Amino acid sequence: MLIPCPHCGPRDVQEFSYQGDATRKRPDPASTDVHAWHAYVYDRPNPAGPHREYWQHIGGCRAHIVVERDTLSHEVLGAAFASDLSNQGGTRP
Amino acid sequence: MSPRRAASTGLVDRSQALRFTFDGRTYSGHPGDTLASALLANGITLVGRSFKYHRPRGIFTAGVDEPNALVTVLSGDGREPNIPATQIELYEGLEVESQNRFPSLEYDLGALGQLAGPLLSAGFYYKTFMGPVFGPLKGTRFWMICEHAIRRAAGLGRAGYEKDPARYEEMNAFCDVLVVGAGPAGLMAAEAAAKAGRRVILAEQEPKAGGSALWSGEMIGTRPAHQWAQAMAEKLAATENVRFLPRTTVWGYYDGNTLAALERVADRPSGTAKGLPRLRLWNIRAGKVVLATGSLERPVVFPGNDRPGVMLAGAAERYARQYGVLPGERIAVFTNNDGAYRAAAALRKAGAGVVAIVDVRPEISDAARALAQEAGVEPLLGHAVTGTAGKRLTRITIQRFDAATGRVSGDGRPVDVDCLAVSGGWSPTIHLASQAGGKPVWDEALHAFLPPSPMQPWVGAGAFAGAKTTVEALSTGRDAGLAAAGKKPSRARLPAVTAPALDPAPAPVLEIKAAGKAFVDLQNDVTAEDVRLAHREGFISVEHLKRYTTLGMATDQGKTSNLPGLAIMADARGLPIPEVGTTRFRPPFSPVSIGALAADRHRHFKPDRLTPMHDWHVGHGARMMEAGLWHRPMIYGQPGETVEQAYIREAAAVRRSVGICDVSTLGKIAVKGPDAAEFLDRVYTNTFSTLPIGKARYGLMLREDGIVLDDGTTWRLGAHDFLMTTTTANAGKVMQHLEYFLDAVWPHLKVHVTSVTDQWAGAAVAGPDARRVLEACVTGTGVDNVALPFMGIVHGRIAGAPVMICRLSFSGELAYEVYCGAGHGAHVWEALMDAGEPFAITPYGMEALGALRIEKGHVTGAEIDGRTTARDLYLDGMLSKKKPFIGSALMDRESLIDKNRLRLVGIVSLDGQPLGGGAHVVEKGSLDELGASIGHITAACYSPALERHIGLALVKGGKSRHGTRAFVSDPLRKRFGPVEIVSHHFYDPEGRRMHG
Amino acid sequence: MAEYSALSLLKNALSGNRDWRPAWRKAEPKPAYDVVIVGGGGHGLATAYYLAREHGIARVAVLEKGWLGSGNIGRNTTIVRSNYLLPESIRFYDFSVKLWENLSHALNYNVMFSQRGILNLAHSPAQADEYIRRGNAMRHGGGDAVWLTRHEIARRVPGIDFSPRARFPVVGGLLQPRAGTARHDAVAWGYARAADRLGVDIVENCEVTGFLREGDRITGVATTRGDIRAGKVALAVAGSTSRLMRMAGIERFPIESHVLQAFVTEAVKPYVDCVVTFGGGHLYMSQSDKGGLVFGGDLDGYNSYAQRGNLPLVKEVMSEMVAMFPATARLRLLRSWGGVMDMSMDGSPIITRGPLPGMYLNCGWCYGGFKATPASGFSFAWTIAKDEPHPINAPFTLSRFERGAVIDEKGQGPTPKLH
Repeated sequence: MLIPCPHCGPRDVQEFSYQGDATRKRPDPASTDVHAWHAYVYDRPNPAGPHREYWQHIGGCRAHIVVERDTLSHEVLGAAFASDLSNQGGTRP
Repeated sequence: MSPRRAASTGLVDRSQALRFTFDGRTYSGHPGDTLASALLANGITLVGRSFKYHRPRGIFTAGVDEPNALVTVLSGDGREPNIPATQIELYEGLEVESQNRFPSLEYDLGALGQLAGPLLSAGFYYKTFMGPVFGPLKGTRFWMICEHAIRRAAGLGRAGYEKDPARYEEMNAFCDVLVVGAGPAGLMAAEAAAKAGRRVILAEQEPKAGGSALWSGEMIGTRPAHQWAQAMAEKLAATENVRFLPRTTVWGYYDGNTLAALERVADRPSGTAKGLPRLRLWNIRAGKVVLATGSLERPVVFPGNDRPGVMLAGAAERYARQYGVLPGERIAVFTNNDGAYRAAAALRKAGAGVVAIVDVRPEISDAARALAQEAGVEPLLGHAVTGTAGKRLTRITIQRFDAATGRVSGDGRPVDVDCLAVSGGWSPTIHLASQAGGKPVWDEALHAFLPPSPMQPWVGAGAFAGAKTTVEALSTGRDAGLAAAGKKPSRARLPAVTAPALDPAPAPVLEIKAAGKAFVDLQNDVTAEDVRLAHREGFISVEHLKRYTTLGMATDQGKTSNLPGLAIMADARGLPIPEVGTTRFRPPFSPVSIGALAADRHRHFKPDRLTPMHDWHVGHGARMMEAGLWHRPMIYGQPGETVEQAYIREAAAVRRSVGICDVSTLGKIAVKGPDAAEFLDRVYTNTFSTLPIGKARYGLMLREDGIVLDDGTTWRLGAHDFLMTTTTANAGKVMQHLEYFLDAVWPHLKVHVTSVTDQWAGAAVAGPDARRVLEACVTGTGVDNVALPFMGIVHGRIAGAPVMICRLSFSGELAYEVYCGAGHGAHVWEALMDAGEPFAITPYGMEALGALRIEKGHVTGAEIDGRTTARDLYLDGMLSKKKPFIGSALMDRESLIDKNRLRLVGIVSLDGQPLGGGAHVVEKGSLDELGASIGHITAACYSPALERHIGLALVKGGKSRHGTRAFVSDPLRKRFGPVEIVSHHFYDPEGRRMHG
Repeated sequence: MAEYSALSLLKNALSGNRDWRPAWRKAEPKPAYDVVIVGGGGHGLATAYYLAREHGIARVAVLEKGWLGSGNIGRNTTIVRSNYLLPESIRFYDFSVKLWENLSHALNYNVMFSQRGILNLAHSPAQADEYIRRGNAMRHGGGDAVWLTRHEIARRVPGIDFSPRARFPVVGGLLQPRAGTARHDAVAWGYARAADRLGVDIVENCEVTGFLREGDRITGVATTRGDIRAGKVALAVAGSTSRLMRMAGIERFPIESHVLQAFVTEAVKPYVDCVVTFGGGHLYMSQSDKGGLVFGGDLDGYNSYAQRGNLPLVKEVMSEMVAMFPATARLRLLRSWGGVMDMSMDGSPIITRGPLPGMYLNCGWCYGGFKATPASGFSFAWTIAKDEPHPINAPFTLSRFERGAVIDEKGQGPTPKLH
């Protein structure tokens, strides 16, 4: 499997460390809503099909990359820097 | 010359002789022979014994599909079992032995098992051996006794226990086009892609390029096909953008068009090929792949089809043409298709007697008829072979056969033969395509499965893709090569092919039903009757059939048995073959040596991490141990000292005067940027934004789920500049944790983190005399209590090298950690040793470090085990109430604050006997009557300061048990004894010594 | 249907093996059942068997989308053990081992459970302490565990690298003598046959496509072979749990599906007797009765439903194999395959009533499903029949994550790929 690192180019999967679901949203740090925190920490969409997920290029630029990949075929559909997407809200506490 | 050598030499070099031994007897062959062709040339047809019934078996094929002729290759002390004789290139001095026989291949006692044949039907073992329900053999006992015997009878060759002396290599390769198979189609594909300027790898599992061209007897252009192939291969090998890899089996098709291949570079005993690896593993990342893997012949199944002397027709033809070897002297051919007629003609031409051609079909093509004439026999149409005789084949029985009904009729006619060449048609070798994904497609005319439509970027060519003639192979090969290169098909003329116009379609007959054992899977001894039994018992899906009967599970992975097995099941179910289904092929295509897959990685698949002071430690008597990949001194033993004596001496020296310890292994992360302090406030449970420059603070980190992740000190070197230290074991984990939050959660924070573990060397100088040691060697800064208070940081020099010194203590003594650039590590260490000499400075290792920290009640990995909370470790004081931090939201969930959790305590042995890490704590009981565990000891030592055996433990209720009695219960080490539960702060709980 | 025995084998052999009947009926689905079990793998079949056998509930259907036993029961490394650290796990898996010990008799089907022991090799003093802690926990929990010294291991297991320069020196090992291996497919077939004999309908090639509901309550399933109503719907579909939960309207769930590869060498004569695990990495290996060395290592480490793994992991596992048994370099890898694991957030399973009314859930088996088959079926059947957990599965709730009552054997937290 090759992961297209936006910085380094396509690299073998063994250079990367998988960091899982990239759709989870971290609650506001000050939030005391335990249910929301629980959902963020423990619940996963785990789709059979396209999946947005983090891969860290530990054997390269060390950036976290959000990869869209089909979990049925392992086909990689796209990739972007995690820091560009700031999908977790990125709000300051 | 052996009577089995044909007049024509084929592609074998008869000018040179090679000696080899088989079961201790010496024979001779030639370069270009395989072991199989050489054995046949020597008239040896009995080569092995079958798996279950120990029936005599011979050579059935000439290639990778061989189910029968497995041997063990011997080399010195080493042995490599289960190698097909058809896959061993003959070399001088080759030693092999036959397998699975006792006492000898000729007379094998195991064959007596055949008498119980009907009892040993498919799946018989599921129905018996359960044994009695009561008595000494109840439970699993009886089965295990039976199993012992079964295991000895099973297995094939015997493996050795000696270390493999061979060397293996691994290569990473990249290409635009990978062509798998250098037959006519593959050669054309490689040429076309290369001409289009693509970087091409052409891999061929055989030693020579050509595939079917090596033995087809056809002409391509004006030359014999094998000469055409050789010329093509030579031309390609000389082309700059082509890499030709003979002896290279592409065995795995993985994601992202990554293919794995195995090259047999010098697959012979070491010494004969100095400097070359035995095998080389190729990881090939290909833009496009051309699959030109050809096809494999399958047999017709009939009673007695397993005797030595029965072989595939294509194999017989190949032995005659490519190796110049006659597989027999009186040969019969049995077929359902035209292809075998070409074999008959070739065998006759090579000098064998062809005594019969038996064909299940009522009619045949003119071309086949002409070939029969060349072979000198009148074909028996509408006939079938229904039986055989002889330990080595001596006779076949022929009867009338109606292909429409599958019925046998009339009297059996015996014919004396010593070889029977069988053909049931050809199946495309679709294994790699199936690995790449997708379902194979049934082709009624070829009576075979064609490859699925591509799920990854590959193009098919030749017989693999269903080409029926060499002309088609050439044209589909060229088109595939062009397509893979992104070009349109070419209309240029192809070389002419001179070949008989055979009918490619076989009759749909793959089994002759008649009395007697008819084998489908020759290696696993699965019979047609076993397949029908599976059907009767409901194991009718392909996967159930395979699993219940073991059909196709042998080392040949069913290359010859797959389709006949399906055909028999389809017949039993009354369904067409494609509705019965196929199994999905999985890597590897053919067995791959584990040594090649491991390459050299097994020695360093985990790195050895050494500190800059490593050589000094080793040179000064350190006994090293591995701790989280690092090699660290365990003790610096003196002559005659035990480990315990050594660490007690070392720890006592720290408490008494001064010791020095290598702490370079601690994780170190530079955290820099305008938001660094803010970031640290979020990742640590306590506050770092208030930390003054030039001071350090102990910090605690949690995971998101509220469990402790790690601890360590972080030093503020500037307003935006921090140096974080982590435990040795968690350095990588913490780094990833920080990077994740900066990248994915808080990308707007202006912070950069860098691992600097390897850039800094560190030494802890600890003990009442520590300051004096530093005073004696540090320049450029004071180290007194004012210049360097507790948790203070100064910069200076030692022996000319710049150092950074932080006053902090793990041991509980007055202590300093001295850091310098890794390159100065040994130099600074030695300077510290010199400066410490007047104070008898003592280097101490992990054991003493452990004893010192246990005395102080400091936690490390044994307590921070991924299950404990800050409260479990009585670190509640570190949890800021003024700010949220990672883990703050979930750390107080109900079960995490339960009063019965395991919490940190100290343990003191009351019987003067040692405690062991991993021992449990109980309220009552004995070794005979184990009590209920209330916790366990995480670390233990003899405390020189307390002069007692002590330990840290995680015990239910924690502090509430202080002052109570309990017992250490360690049944694995047979230790039981009284203990007292106390505070984990054993030594100097107020910390006067380290503040002093 | 006839009992299996040496006698029946002989009788049938004399009549040319023509009188054997199907091991289980190819049942057609009926319109309604008391309990519908989704998933014809080991756990689903065992659940059906124990429902009928222990609770007298025989109006039960097991629905399997493909062929029976096509999930992880048919693609594991066949190890049965209970060498766990935490008391909840020890109690559960020890119970399972006890059921295993009598399983062939109970099912009248030889599942070939062979108690050849499992040996965990330790390679550093710290690792030895860790293993001893676990062994002591097993002993205090009523299980069996023995510590073997380096010398005892050298005598017992030939071929391990005991040379002075070994990269991973063996300092000792934790042996569980009662552990062993079983014939994985036979477990599925044995449970299927035994359940069938008790009246359970086993329906293959019947894929669930949705749930029938009345309000919140699950009242049955829609399948490729029609709707089937049920008093209770039980899911035992490890590997596909999230897919089924999504059909029930639950979009996020504490499960990730990961691929785990397994490997087998060509068959050789008896080479290694017990199951051996390597502590320098992650590797477990045993020899099958046929003679192949069966082994596996880590997950590939990414979400997958593909039942296929990749090359880096293959090479990693082979390297560990050679590091542990240097001579295996001369053996050949015959076959590899991939299974889809239900990786839970703490590495432990979920066996519970709910999460919706009318639904019962058995999932999250990670690596541990095969050995758990009997206890899982037993306790799940109990939970379904009595609407409350059996003491052995009481801790394995879904709500434990919310409460923080995780059962985290490896201490890795909510990172499924590390369990």
